[in-house]
Amino acid sequence: MEFLGYFGGVFEPVALLLLLGGTVGGLVLGATPGLSPTMAVALLIPFTFHLTPTQGLILLGAAYTSTVAGGAVSAILLKIPGAPANIATALDGNAMARNGEGARALQLSFLASGVGGVIGVLLLIFLTPVLAVWALKFGPSHLFWIAILGVTVIGSLDSKSFVKGLLSGCIGLWLSQIGYDEIQGTERFIFTDALTGGIHIIPALIGLFAIPQVMEMFAKGRVSAAIESIAVPKYSIFDSVREVARSIRSLSIGTTVGAIVGLIPGVGGQIAGLVAYDQSRKFSETPDKFGKGHAEGIISAESANNAMVGPSLVPLLTLSIPGSPTAAVLLGGLLIHGIFPGSNIFDKHPEVIWTFINSMLLGQILMVIFGLYTAAWAARIAKAPVPIMAAGVLVLAMFGSYSVQQSMGDVHIMLALGIGMYVLEKFGFSAAPLVLGLILGPIAGDYFTNGAMIAAAQNGLFEYFFTGGLNLILIFLVISSIGYSFWTNMIKGTSVDVEARTEVAE
Amino acid sequence: MKNFVKSALLGAAALAISTGVSMAADYPDRPIGVEVSYGAGGATDFQARIVTLPAGNEDMLGQPMYILNKPGAGGRKGWNWFATEAPKDGYMMSAYNVPHFIAQGIKGGVKYDADTFEPIANWGADPAVVIVGKDSEFNSMADLIAFAKANPGKTTTSGAGLFVGHHIAALQIEKACDCKLAFIPTKGGGAAAMKAVIAGETLAGINNLSDAARALEAGNVKILAVADLERHAFLPDTPTLKEGGLDVDNASVNFRGLMVPKGTPQDVIDKLAAQVPKMFAHKRVTQKMKQTNSPVKIMSRAEVQAMWAERKATLAELLKGL
Repeated sequence: MEFLGYFGGVFEPVALLLLLGGTVGGLVLGATPGLSPTMAVALLIPFTFHLTPTQGLILLGAAYTSTVAGGAVSAILLKIPGAPANIATALDGNAMARNGEGARALQLSFLASGVGGVIGVLLLIFLTPVLAVWALKFGPSHLFWIAILGVTVIGSLDSKSFVKGLLSGCIGLWLSQIGYDEIQGTERFIFTDALTGGIHIIPALIGLFAIPQVMEMFAKGRVSAAIESIAVPKYSIFDSVREVARSIRSLSIGTTVGAIVGLIPGVGGQIAGLVAYDQSRKFSETPDKFGKGHAEGIISAESANNAMVGPSLVPLLTLSIPGSPTAAVLLGGLLIHGIFPGSNIFDKHPEVIWTFINSMLLGQILMVIFGLYTAAWAARIAKAPVPIMAAGVLVLAMFGSYSVQQSMGDVHIMLALGIGMYVLEKFGFSAAPLVLGLILGPIAGDYFTNGAMIAAAQNGLFEYFFTGGLNLILIFLVISSIGYSFWTNMIKGTSVDVEARTEVAE
Repeated sequence: MKNFVKSALLGAAALAISTGVSMAADYPDRPIGVEVSYGAGGATDFQARIVTLPAGNEDMLGQPMYILNKPGAGGRKGWNWFATEAPKDGYMMSAYNVPHFIAQGIKGGVKYDADTFEPIANWGADPAVVIVGKDSEFNSMADLIAFAKANPGKTTTSGAGLFVGHHIAALQIEKACDCKLAFIPTKGGGAAAMKAVIAGETLAGINNLSDAARALEAGNVKILAVADLERHAFLPDTPTLKEGGLDVDNASVNFRGLMVPKGTPQDVIDKLAAQVPKMFAHKRVTQKMKQTNSPVKIMSRAEVQAMWAERKATLAELLKGL
């Protein structure tokens, strides 16, 4: 309960102002397409030079928590995921927004973010020493198996057809191999200069999600009768609160998955939302509703994203090892004020560290309040006529892709992927499994290479990858996940097909 | 008539000179980009952000510098872009890491080598150190080498990647002890290589002195030796590899500084070469660098040119036959 003693620091006038500014600014930065939480925090670091360490960290802590949540805004309203973390939110959130329920989607997303985020920070406050030991247990072989576990859910993710889901996953895995190999430095599939760096995830996300939708809108816009304005009804905040409170299962799945994934250095929050979304659907009584604007989808994905924030700082604060790109930027923010994270940071700089953590806790709550307040207003974006909406999204897509690395090559990649995805969608493929393949490909591939090199110096591949408790547990999870998918999609699926066919015959 | 031609020529010459002068005098009239080939938050990125802070001061360049991250493939992606696509007007600079880019140029498969770029000035030098976990049985370089000799190819040693300073140090150690290590380039750079040592995934590791000093302070690792010619002020008790009887020089020391692409106008280069070292020496910069445990080493353009040439020769020799 030591942290309670340091709450005073957050309530000093300057600190409180920074907390407010960081939260609101973070939401806006997070909602801007192309600005990931990592870049947003990196942009803020120079501002902290002029502040005391405590004040600087309050700003960074508040901004980190709210950029993650802010990414959901563009994912829901424009179907442009602000960061990989918000992919799963776009699936149901955007469907809901297009039904005119954007306000409801935003409210659910902020509330779920807040719940997940607060629990995540509480884990950081109370369990850091325990979690630190745990975070170190994951070596290359385990990370490889975790990536494979992710691959096993590709088929069932947001796809009507299991086989088509797997196929898009394979396309994603292949696309992820383009560029220099991260470890050996060999070139793979580089046909033009724009591809030397491989496919950057942010332009890819924008292209795969936003562009097919823009093309769809343009196609529709040609017929004036199809240009309908969506009614945006007001949605009571209390209804949303009640709805989130009822969804204990989605919340707990989201928070648990987010906390575990956040803790593992090297996997990062990229896949937390997607894995939580998939698990939540598997345990749901109404799995068919997912992808069509289902509240459970948004709640599980967003609670996972923000639950990851607290635990992802455990390796950073205790071992000085940043577990995610954003944590790496925060490390810079700490170092610049002469604060060296390590096992003794809680003894050496308690006032700085506890104020930092407290600011994240309060930042989460402020973020929810501010988010709820603006949700109804932001949701009116859906009222914009289709042609204007399409043009606006296209501009933001270009701007977002270019701004990541100031590269026209990224804009071309974004457009090419977008047009390709438009065609694929016509054949019933969907973007989410493709993106998951794109994210998991390098994780699986590089950790396999890494592990294989260590194994070669020890007792060989088999012993390194297939023995040891943690490896066996992960392999068991991989096998059960494949078995489950096989059972539900192949065995049960065929019977549905037979029924459908007989119906048609009749 | 003759006079007229003469005066016209003189006039033209004067105009040429004056425009030349005014180009250098006007430069820079807008913010200057600094491309960093590593991710935001890494040591290079983070130090680049500190050393470019005073650029906007009137007595420095009068225009601020901003950082543009293009991480990927151990720096190859960013430097490839810088060598081929970056504007050559002085408004885009890049942070270099020696020996990384020189070694990559020698190994091939990239679009640059030491001659593709024009150095401006050097801001820091971070030597490589040999580290082991805090509970490791190795307490000195001698222990580690004895193990490596008894178990050739089994001494797993983590580092940030292939053909970066850490790898060069490992190659030099192997050559000097006539034994075989198992160098493991990790995914995720120096931080991941450090984690591999702390978590016991590898028996030893080679890492940046600044990061290792922090891990030592936190009680997570033991530092066995420094790969430099002299002991370092941050770690006065840690011997150099040479003291341990291994003939390893400072070829693996990670030098960081700023450069521009070849083809940038000479007057722009001259202006930058004159102003940038002053910027590195600014009180605010040195203070922040000291606070963050980042070793400073300011070198002028001429000194860096000599250092690059020397590195290129040593590395070509070391990497021969690999």
